[in-house]
Amino acid sequence: MTRALVVLLMLLCCTPVVVHAKAVTLAGPSDVVAEDVPDDVGQQVLVKWNLSPEDRVQAGGSRTLNGYAIYRKVVQTSMGLESGAETPAGPGELAFADDFDYEANQPVGTVPYSVSRFLDENVDGGVTYVYAVAATGPGGTYSPLSVADMPVTARMQYINQGKLWFLIIMLIISVVIVFFVFYAKHGGAIKVRPIAGLEAVSEAVGRATEMGKPVLFVPGILDINDIQTVAGITVLANVARTAAQYDAKLKVPTARSLVMTTARETVQAAYLGEGRPDAYNEDNIYYLTDEQFGYTAGVQGVMVREKPAACFYMGAFYAESLILAETANSIGAIQIAGTAMPSQLPFFVAACDYTLIGEEFFAASAYLSNDPEQLGSLKGQDVGKIIAAFLLVLGCLLATLAAVLPDAKPLHIADLYITNNVLGEDGLVPDPEKISMLEQLMERDQDAQPAIDEGDN
Amino acid sequence: MLAKRTIPLIIAAMIGFLLIATYFIPYTEQWGATAMEMFIILAAAAMVLGAGNLIMLNLAKISNKQPGWAYGGITLLAFFITLVVGIFKIGALPTVTSPDNSWAAPLVSQEGVPFWWIYSFVYKPLTATMFAMLAFYIASAAFRAFRAKNLEAFLLLFTAFIVLLGQIYAGEWLTSFLPDLSSYVASFPEASQAFVQSIGTQIEYGNAFTSLVWEGVSIRDMTMEQQALAAQVSDHLNGWWYQFTNGLKLENLTQMILDVPQKAGNRAIMIGIALGIVSTSLKVLLGIDRSYLGSGD
Repeated sequence: MTRALVVLLMLLCCTPVVVHAKAVTLAGPSDVVAEDVPDDVGQQVLVKWNLSPEDRVQAGGSRTLNGYAIYRKVVQTSMGLESGAETPAGPGELAFADDFDYEANQPVGTVPYSVSRFLDENVDGGVTYVYAVAATGPGGTYSPLSVADMPVTARMQYINQGKLWFLIIMLIISVVIVFFVFYAKHGGAIKVRPIAGLEAVSEAVGRATEMGKPVLFVPGILDINDIQTVAGITVLANVARTAAQYDAKLKVPTARSLVMTTARETVQAAYLGEGRPDAYNEDNIYYLTDEQFGYTAGVQGVMVREKPAACFYMGAFYAESLILAETANSIGAIQIAGTAMPSQLPFFVAACDYTLIGEEFFAASAYLSNDPEQLGSLKGQDVGKIIAAFLLVLGCLLATLAAVLPDAKPLHIADLYITNNVLGEDGLVPDPEKISMLEQLMERDQDAQPAIDEGDN
Repeated sequence: MLAKRTIPLIIAAMIGFLLIATYFIPYTEQWGATAMEMFIILAAAAMVLGAGNLIMLNLAKISNKQPGWAYGGITLLAFFITLVVGIFKIGALPTVTSPDNSWAAPLVSQEGVPFWWIYSFVYKPLTATMFAMLAFYIASAAFRAFRAKNLEAFLLLFTAFIVLLGQIYAGEWLTSFLPDLSSYVASFPEASQAFVQSIGTQIEYGNAFTSLVWEGVSIRDMTMEQQALAAQVSDHLNGWWYQFTNGLKLENLTQMILDVPQKAGNRAIMIGIALGIVSTSLKVLLGIDRSYLGSGD
């Protein structure tokens, strides 16, 4: 009887251990690190680890691991953190019990095999968490938990450090533009080079008037929230003024309802400004469709049926650019295009009489209006170009010198700083890890060179 | 004046500056997302305006028997058929998630339903036809653009000819007699070819001599013979004659044109565009350019 009781007691004692041991059969991942994701609102933690040694394809093509389960626990307070760190299990076991129950605890996320990172996007800012990762296998098998050495607190950054250089450059250019706007407003002289495409606007509208044919204005296929459409509408205001002066019929088919209403307001204002409210007909500014090629077909139809003498394409265009320009070319219309879509510029250049390339398109409104305030902004853009050119020359010079003088460490660091901080997203302060890597690479090259030289000899 | 110009200007400026702030201040990211949602709602509401305008104009066109009025009829017919089939989900089948409610079924993805039929057999072929026409327009535009009227046009034609040739097999075949890594490797005894191939590939990839590796062994730990052979390969592949003749191969010439002059020109345009965007945005946000707001009367 006593023997039976002892056996029963032993069995009872062993039961949880047996269940636990049955589940935990895999080799776990190592070096788990949890980091607060920088430059966010404090709601993300990135967990990284080294893959389990069993995370590989076996001879038969099968795998021992299904993936990894990521667990986290809240470390309540700084006091709690300290007491947790002082447990006999050591800091690595912080907040996770030795007999951790994998089934009862819901992981915050899982990733498949061969993946060694997980982005937890559902954390509360300011709360401290400790993370642990377990490898998972078929049949509900697990590895022991690998707990991150350090807890992590997701914190909100007030400003995106990685974009500071961009902010600085943008602010400098903005201040310069505003300065020249005020400079021009107070009578400062602004000289603008002639832009052939814009000089031809009145010529094109005049030609249409003489021929008794309409002027067609296409403001691109994107909505009014795109800056190119806004720029196109400002050019439309000037084209409409010229059309009102010459009494030419202006037709504006649009691909977006909001662009239609904006264009109507703009053209109406232009006709009013020229003292020709009677000549304004809102039916000439109409909506076709949002669909790219449906819109293209509609505009093509207008071109073929009404044969406009002048066609303007001012805004954002995609594949329809060449279809429109070639159709208008086939009816002998004079064509002026302006866009900031680099991929469509060659098509417009090939098919149109005049093309406003990139910045010329954005300068068109200022150029056509001849408003000193707007012309001042062009001068500001020129200063921006000087800054860009200076950075280009400096970067090229540093990169060339760094290649020619492999031992000149300051040159390499300056090159690295321009590439990763000024043009990249490393922020104002250089990344010590990247500098350390650079130093190691330079040292390795220096060490290798004598050995190679000896080999040559 | 206040309602038509000042208030819209203030709203535009506020939303504009807010969207700029979202790029730099993480806390405001959600505000920016909300502003964009507001725009989407506004644009969706404006669709009614657009649709109304489409119906009115086409009805007027049919009524006045304007040139091409029949197209107006087709447009309206297509518009109403698609609208009715879409809104009333005609023929939509119940789904696994909502077996008793075909109204909850997705339309386009259900093969065989009328809306899917319109999308697959009307809309898609028409779109594809329009896109396919582009090929002919490219040919006609290229024919005009590539006429060698002057020196610039001749240079453009010549460059385009190289780039076109360099992207097809004929171009590769035409200059296959010029030296390349494989012909250089073939000039070595068979025992050394794998080594030369590996080292040569690394050098052509732009790796520094000091970082060359062969079967996991870095250059400094290689045998003296291997180091000497690697140095010989490096000298040959970096030599001016090989660089010049190999660079003349049409595929390499094409890549060089795309990587150097094309990219440089493209980046110059991009810088100009970026500055233009900053300038135009500032003019709109500060109310210097108000032409998009109309007259205010």
